Amino acid sequence: MSAQGLTYLFVLISFAVYIGIAIWSRAGSTKEFYIADRGVHPIANGMATAADWMSAASFLSLAGLIAFMGYDSGVYLMGWTGGYVILALLLAPYLRKFGQFTVPDFIGARYYSKYARVVAVVCLIIISFTYVAGQMRGVGIVFSQFLNIPINWGVLVGMVVVFMYAVLGGMKGITYTQVAQYCILIFAYMVPAIYISLLITGNVIPQIGLGSVLLAEPDVYVLDKLDTVLEELGFRAYTASTKSTVDMFAITLALMIGTAGLPHVIVRFFTVPKVADARRSAAYALFFIAILYATAPTVGAFARLNFIDTVHETEYSKAPSWVKKWEDVGLIGWIDKNSDGLIQYGPGKAFEGKLNFSKDKGRGEFGERKVVNPGSNSENEIYVDRDIMVLANPEIAQLPPWVVALVAAGSLAAALSTAAGLLLVISASVSHDLIKKTFARNVTDRQELYYARVAAAVAIIVAGYLGINPPGFVAQVVAFAFGLAAASLFPAIVLGIFSVRVNKEGAVAGMLSGLLFTFLYIVYFKFLYPENNQADNWFFGISPDGIGTLGALLNFLVAITISKFTKPPPEDVVNLVKKIRLPESVENN
Amino acid sequence: MINKENVLSQSDSAASSSAIESLYREYWRANIMVVSALLFVWFLVSFVFGIFFSDQLNEIRIYGFKLGFWWAHQGSIFTFVLIIYVYSTIMARIDKRLQSKLEKVD
Repeated sequence: MSAQGLTYLFVLISFAVYIGIAIWSRAGSTKEFYIADRGVHPIANGMATAADWMSAASFLSLAGLIAFMGYDSGVYLMGWTGGYVILALLLAPYLRKFGQFTVPDFIGARYYSKYARVVAVVCLIIISFTYVAGQMRGVGIVFSQFLNIPINWGVLVGMVVVFMYAVLGGMKGITYTQVAQYCILIFAYMVPAIYISLLITGNVIPQIGLGSVLLAEPDVYVLDKLDTVLEELGFRAYTASTKSTVDMFAITLALMIGTAGLPHVIVRFFTVPKVADARRSAAYALFFIAILYATAPTVGAFARLNFIDTVHETEYSKAPSWVKKWEDVGLIGWIDKNSDGLIQYGPGKAFEGKLNFSKDKGRGEFGERKVVNPGSNSENEIYVDRDIMVLANPEIAQLPPWVVALVAAGSLAAALSTAAGLLLVISASVSHDLIKKTFARNVTDRQELYYARVAAAVAIIVAGYLGINPPGFVAQVVAFAFGLAAASLFPAIVLGIFSVRVNKEGAVAGMLSGLLFTFLYIVYFKFLYPENNQADNWFFGISPDGIGTLGALLNFLVAITISKFTKPPPEDVVNLVKKIRLPESVENN
Repeated sequence: MINKENVLSQSDSAASSSAIESLYREYWRANIMVVSALLFVWFLVSFVFGIFFSDQLNEIRIYGFKLGFWWAHQGSIFTFVLIIYVYSTIMARIDKRLQSKLEKVD
């Protein structure tokens, strides 16, 4: 069977599994719809959290980021895993003990204010929609590249599948599909990684393979080889840092506390039976995530090495088929600057501006697609999109077609699972926080469940629309989601647990100032004056990607200061805080 | 007689409720201690080893890894998993201790 036939087969099987689970686990009450009736086993929740968390970006883009950033990509590796330590130690057990349905529920109750709840809902919706648009786009890209379906049709198919299991099954359906999706995506990620590690180092464990010697040169370590090859080409060494220490610090911390503040991740810990399960479940979740995250550095390093090996100083006409395939898709572009027919790879951009191929499908002297943009004055002749690294990896390493098909099914699993988790928190915050708790308090449980389903359906349509017509700035909005989560929700929740003194005035002012500061800083540097986006102009040398750290600090300071000068929270709120600090086993004493 | 018993049980329950309160405080203090110690390790491996002193640690090599690079790309991730596992285990023990002490008070 061809790679494409296999891909269809794998994808169809996986979709049938998701829809089967949805029908089996239909939600009958709001408790089932929002938090799966609190009956999820910690290991299942750990897997579901891992699938929920690892999006199309983790699955497809992370290894590419690592390959081209080297040491600096540690900000993502540490940031997106270290957040779970904060989540497990500072948030998850207490929020589980609080035991309601949503994150705004906690903010609303702890700060005894509808206003605080609505501010939290607004933060949640902004964060979740920026995130979900990218997921739907990811679904479309996978469909278009593996199955030759136009991107828009791909997004539509993705919408229908998510609709089936999110609207029918709610959190219960999502949880069990996410467990299945985790299994598929981790298998799909590990198989090519193990293959490649074996090919290059002979070591079956990719994490150890990264530190091994090359099979081809038994006295040279992989990383040393990579350092030398890159330095010969004029790049910085792979293991050397290029970012300033303060910026590395700020970005890593912003990603960590942003991760801990993401509502769709937090809410997963509402679904386990007990506080102790929430703690255990966090350990399982990070363990399952770490399997992929600790493998990604190996995939990235080997991909970069393979890429240079097969492409640099190779005749274009003899270049491997994957180069031409990705050129046809428009994610690789080549210009023969020194007219020798060979591909030269080096530092600097190959082309000026965003890659644009000539419309008349004209071919150059060697059969390459003609690029409209002028070549830059660097010696680099080849443009390669970072995101193709994981997708092209099996082909670069000449792995069998079923591995390629597996990677396609895995990346769809990653994108769909995250999209579903996000859509659920959006729908819950609308039906529960806005309708039930704020505007129409007397709706029945059945009506609320109906609203939740309608809200999920509307959210899917909006997400699909954003996926088909992506706002031009999708790449830049990632900083938004994390920065805003770090600067708005995280400090309010942590203070709500660890301080009895912080009151509603402090929390609301803190959230608004953190949100506003972070929002304006990112908009200023990324959208209004991108030409000013340089270290000299940044506050304390912190880039927009790391500004969530300062935003969070501002939120903490404002909340604590204002609380000091306003009256303390009422007694029942103080008792609530005391209660959430204790395990439920002492409840009756 | 009846009155006397009442007074006794009242002072009894006051004493036991303050004992319970102090057990809760002790529990919370233990929790804060565990969390701070583990957050210290979290900060050490990621920020101190992986970022602040990565250049110095890169002088040391273990296997094919420069140590600073290793902490930033692999070591801290493994440690994070360990931290949460240790936290969950210790807290389960502290929970149990609190419960058995409370039963004694009763």
